[in-house]
Amino acid sequence: MDEIRMNLLKEVADLDALPVGAYNIRENGKAAGRNTTANIDIVTKQDKPGIDIIIAPGTKKESVHIPVIISQTGLTDLVYNDFYIGEDADVVIIAGCGIHNCGGELSQHDGIHTFWLGKNSHIRYVEKHYGEGDGSKNVMNPTTIVHLDEGASMEMETTQIAGIDDTDRRTEGDLKAGAKLEVREKILTNGVQNAKTYFNVDLNGEGCSANVVSRSVARENSTQFFDSRLNGNAPCAGHSECDSIIMENGRVTACPSLTANNIDASLIHEAAIGKIAGEQLMKLMTLGLTEKEAEEQIVNGFLK
Amino acid sequence: MLELKHVGYVAEDDTEILSDVSLSINERFVAITGPNGGGKSTLAKLISGIYMPTSGQILLDGIDITHMSITDRANLGISYAFQQPVRFKGLRVRDLLRLAAGKDTTLAQACDYLSEVGLCARDYIDRELNDSLSGGELKRIEIAMVLARGTKLSVFDEPEAGIDLWSFQNLIRVFEKMYEETRGNILIISHQERILNIADKIVVIREGKVDRVGSREEILPGLLKSADTGNTVCDLLTQKAMS
Ligand SMILES: Nc1ncnc2c1ncn2[C@@H]1O[C@H](COP(=O)(O)OP(=O)(O)O)[C@@H](O)[C@H]1O
Ligand SMILES: [Mg+2]
Repeated sequence: MDEIRMNLLKEVADLDALPVGAYNIRENGKAAGRNTTANIDIVTKQDKPGIDIIIAPGTKKESVHIPVIISQTGLTDLVYNDFYIGEDADVVIIAGCGIHNCGGELSQHDGIHTFWLGKNSHIRYVEKHYGEGDGSKNVMNPTTIVHLDEGASMEMETTQIAGIDDTDRRTEGDLKAGAKLEVREKILTNGVQNAKTYFNVDLNGEGCSANVVSRSVARENSTQFFDSRLNGNAPCAGHSECDSIIMENGRVTACPSLTANNIDASLIHEAAIGKIAGEQLMKLMTLGLTEKEAEEQIVNGFLK
Repeated sequence: MLELKHVGYVAEDDTEILSDVSLSINERFVAITGPNGGGKSTLAKLISGIYMPTSGQILLDGIDITHMSITDRANLGISYAFQQPVRFKGLRVRDLLRLAAGKDTTLAQACDYLSEVGLCARDYIDRELNDSLSGGELKRIEIAMVLARGTKLSVFDEPEAGIDLWSFQNLIRVFEKMYEETRGNILIISHQERILNIADKIVVIREGKVDRVGSREEILPGLLKSADTGNTVCDLLTQKAMS
């Protein structure tokens, strides 16, 4: 593989070589490699771009990598990926999209990922969005829709640290009894980047719970908009948190909303936006760091 | 050796917080005591560079550091354990100890600093310095960071706060061991008799001025006596010890 591809794969999926286990690599809008296992099947969709990932009931300790890389400028890529997770399965899914844009035109990737988690299944879903190059604009609009059956649980870690100029991220979930959704989002924007992120979670079953935690840093002239909605329609527990650091002229709007439609729904939201506390900088400077180094440590720690 | 020459500090709102403070600090342990609001922490901040003096001069080993940045003073060998330690979301105890001790510190060394302040390294090394730590735990981690730096001047601002389950004797042992290793000067702001008891020199700061300064033998009896008689000075020995 050439250097650009290797670097993108490393950035988005932490891959140094072809992954072990099931994988599907999409490059510049086309399939570029696939492997299936006895328990994990990957099938190309016939009606629209994208794939179905089918994980057999009871599959344990396996992983699926589905990185998308774009190195061709001016490419707009739209893809639908559907994940069917069998009952009692427990797997790790690593997605992610990297754009290398050196052409001066808009490169865009819109991924619509829909998950159906069977009863008592568990997945860890890790996705990373990354852009590089000196092209005009990198855009990514990831949509994630999750349907959790009884007792299912999903941990989602989503990260966008560099190089995405414009993003509109949507995450929607509905949960049946005893299901559990944990989302951890990390976003850093700089320059004139713009990031919008929406969460909508319907807590429909008795004893289900959702925890949506977003940490972000808005630097320079970038803007961020955070909108999270938790709807408690049953005895359930919901918690959402938006914690942002603003630097230079960064701007952040946090717009959380909680709706309780059941007397036993317990919902909490916490939001905090502010610059790095002066005392944090001073503490690190008394350890010998310069102000710049101190800022860097604080931001890196915050987004770790 | 640290020297303060006629140091004054007027805050942004024009209130004079310290005036004409002249001191030389070249002993093993120097204790600064005095009533709350007297200006002790302000003095520590002037020494570490968090505040810049509005008059006077500060010298470290003869070098004029009056207008030097916090970073430059830290690199010259000044450490400061804050009265109110700072919390950091996302930074772990090991991250801060490594920043304090330098890149080449091993995990084992970082763990040693924690053990010294009575914290079980295994339980704390990976903890984040966030709201999940108690004030007392943070206070000890703050002390451990200064130990890790091992500089020629270490300033501790009321280190006794929050050492509930850990004895003063241990805290004093930490200072003694630190001196053995650094041979530096240790400046301790404290209200505790047991800490004043180990001081080679005691400075009383009151209403922004040096009220008294001298050896332990010269200063301590007077402080204890006024404590017995309920004089306001007693506040500085009893009030804080309870809180
Ligand atoms: N930056 C500041 N601006 C205005 N007033 C201050 C500032 N820092 C401290 N002070 C005031 O200076 C006085 C001394 O405070 P401090 O040095 O914290 O006393 P101590 O540590 O002896 O209790 C207090 O009255 C405090 O409110
Ligand atoms: Mg104080």
